[in-house]
Amino acid sequence: MKAEEKIPAQIESSDEESGWTTPRYHRLRRLSITVTSLVALIPLMVMLLINYYQDQESYHAESFYTISRMLSNTQRTLEYAVQERKAALSFIISEIPYEQLTQKEHLQRVLQNLNHSFGGFVDLGIIDSSGNQAYYVGPYNLEGKNYRDQAWFSEVNIRGEFVSDVFMGFRNIPHFVIAFKHEKPGKGYFIFRATIDMEMISKVFYSLDMDRNTDAFLINQKSVLQTSSIFYGSILTQLDIEIPPRYRHREVIDEYEKSDGKWETSGFSFIQDTPFILCVIKQRENPFLHWLYRRSDMLWFLLVSIILILAVVVYGSSHTIKRLRELDKRRAKVYHNIEYTNKMATIGRMAAGIAHEINNPLAIINEKAGLLSDLTFHSKDLPDRDKFFGLAESITKSVERCSGVTRRLLGFARRMDVKKEAIEVKQLLEEVISFQKTEMIHRKIDIKMKVPEGMKPIISDRGQLQQVFLNIVNNAFAAVDIGGEIIIETDNGDAQTIAVSVTDNGVGISENNLKHIFEPFYSTKGEFGTGLGLSITHDIVQKLGGSIKVRSKLGEGTCFTVILPRETNH
Amino acid sequence: MGQFRVLLVDDEEELVTTIIERLKFRDVDGAYELNGASAIERMRKEPFDIVVLDLKLPGISGEETLRVMKQEHPEIPVLLITGHGSSIMDEKVPRGAAGFLAKPINIDDLLARIKEVLAKNGH
Repeated sequence: MKAEEKIPAQIESSDEESGWTTPRYHRLRRLSITVTSLVALIPLMVMLLINYYQDQESYHAESFYTISRMLSNTQRTLEYAVQERKAALSFIISEIPYEQLTQKEHLQRVLQNLNHSFGGFVDLGIIDSSGNQAYYVGPYNLEGKNYRDQAWFSEVNIRGEFVSDVFMGFRNIPHFVIAFKHEKPGKGYFIFRATIDMEMISKVFYSLDMDRNTDAFLINQKSVLQTSSIFYGSILTQLDIEIPPRYRHREVIDEYEKSDGKWETSGFSFIQDTPFILCVIKQRENPFLHWLYRRSDMLWFLLVSIILILAVVVYGSSHTIKRLRELDKRRAKVYHNIEYTNKMATIGRMAAGIAHEINNPLAIINEKAGLLSDLTFHSKDLPDRDKFFGLAESITKSVERCSGVTRRLLGFARRMDVKKEAIEVKQLLEEVISFQKTEMIHRKIDIKMKVPEGMKPIISDRGQLQQVFLNIVNNAFAAVDIGGEIIIETDNGDAQTIAVSVTDNGVGISENNLKHIFEPFYSTKGEFGTGLGLSITHDIVQKLGGSIKVRSKLGEGTCFTVILPRETNH
Repeated sequence: MGQFRVLLVDDEEELVTTIIERLKFRDVDGAYELNGASAIERMRKEPFDIVVLDLKLPGISGEETLRVMKQEHPEIPVLLITGHGSSIMDEKVPRGAAGFLAKPINIDDLLARIKEVLAKNGH
């Protein structure tokens, strides 16, 4: 499996170059997203909350108003109904003499008249002070009944007048009693008692205009239903309603959550001079769910807005951070390239200076040795003449070696200046290899040059190209073992380009590393590499209008191919 | 090819005297000057067949010296020596120069080049 890779135009590189590590960018991205989202969403949420509370408030106000109105209207009606009957009865016992009342026909007529005028009267009775019902008119046969032991009887004895709770009694219909104690002419007293059918009261409730969530009914002090209720059942059911104390304000309205999750607003009103408490209850669902349901259109709009905002924020932040990261990378790369170029220029100037300084004494040594050789040649009878020749020749050879060094130093220095010239590729490659000669011999590395003679020179920058191939050959040297093999070959390419490949049988590069080798500061040599070599190589080749490819397999070797234009336009 | 006189101009006295001495062994008559001004002066007084001139000189530069020499003696060829010891291909030959030699100079190369240039000039 050979992994071949064209260098991406945009080099993805590690972040260390800018001192910004990946987690740092992630943190920045998270922060940016969080802050922007909060700034965008908090006002929305606040508006939403305000809307919710306003909605709740208006609901409260509305339901409190409805209940309040219903309470006061109904209370007035009920109070009037009871007051009117009490007044009528009171009038009867004041105006009609006891003797007439005790006449059954007369009493019957009174009952008829009362029903005619007011309605709701079931029966009338006169009870003597010992509790016996002495006279009775009505549909039941209750004459002679004794009420002495009943609570209302003692109440009326004490208070003089009394309105009872609703009860079934002997009659077995829901009714309540209004009773008055009155002086008997002569001595003692009697009790005038009227029974009133609850139907008279219930009628008031039937006429109320209520929606299906509202209920109105009467209870007594012990929370027993005095009329039938839609929510709580029929008359005389014991309810679990907590009755508020009798406030000065006769109306009490409150809202609370019930155990079943429903909310109730209840209002209580005390019916004056009766044990009855008027109760209006309005039920509703969970206010939050209710609100959600009622405002669903707004909520949908809001949800879509939030999703859109978040999407824009996430995309925007990610994009910005990505751009920032790229810029950081590019800046770091440029910065390091400048640094590297400066460093190389300095080294170049130093090298040129040293080479010049050394060249002059070298030239003198060379000439002196030559003169020595000349003198020896002309002194035919000089003893050890051959030895002198040998010495002079040895000096000359050493000078030649030194010249090689200075030539290379000068070549290196000139690499800093960019200029186009005709370059014999073969000669250039040989020069590059000559730099590695010592190591080549030392490590017994076999370099095979497969470059044909008479190749047309290319127009490019000699110094830059030297650096490119020096870097690649250096890497090949680093990769191979002792006795390794490096093949340098050229391919005539096409009319526009030529290709030079450097193949080694060294350790190879893993697929993972292969992706990164042209990134600056990516080094597999640990502390021995700067990680700049191939990055610069790549940049130079690009600058010269060429491209570079690498093919490698772990354990088998690596092949770098440099494709160069025959004439660079840069 | 008859005898000829060479004027060698270089600021390294040790170098030029040695080269002159070595040329003498090869039956070539040579003189030397250590700077451009004295070399121009010398040429006005004595006849030379060829000049070997180092480009790096104290006082008047090698290029300027070359210009004056060619102006005054356009018939005398001038060979240049450079200390920029790399391949000659790299350098542009200044106008009027007959050719280039890189330091350090091999005496036999120098002679060969001199003869080549003189032959071309119909010496």
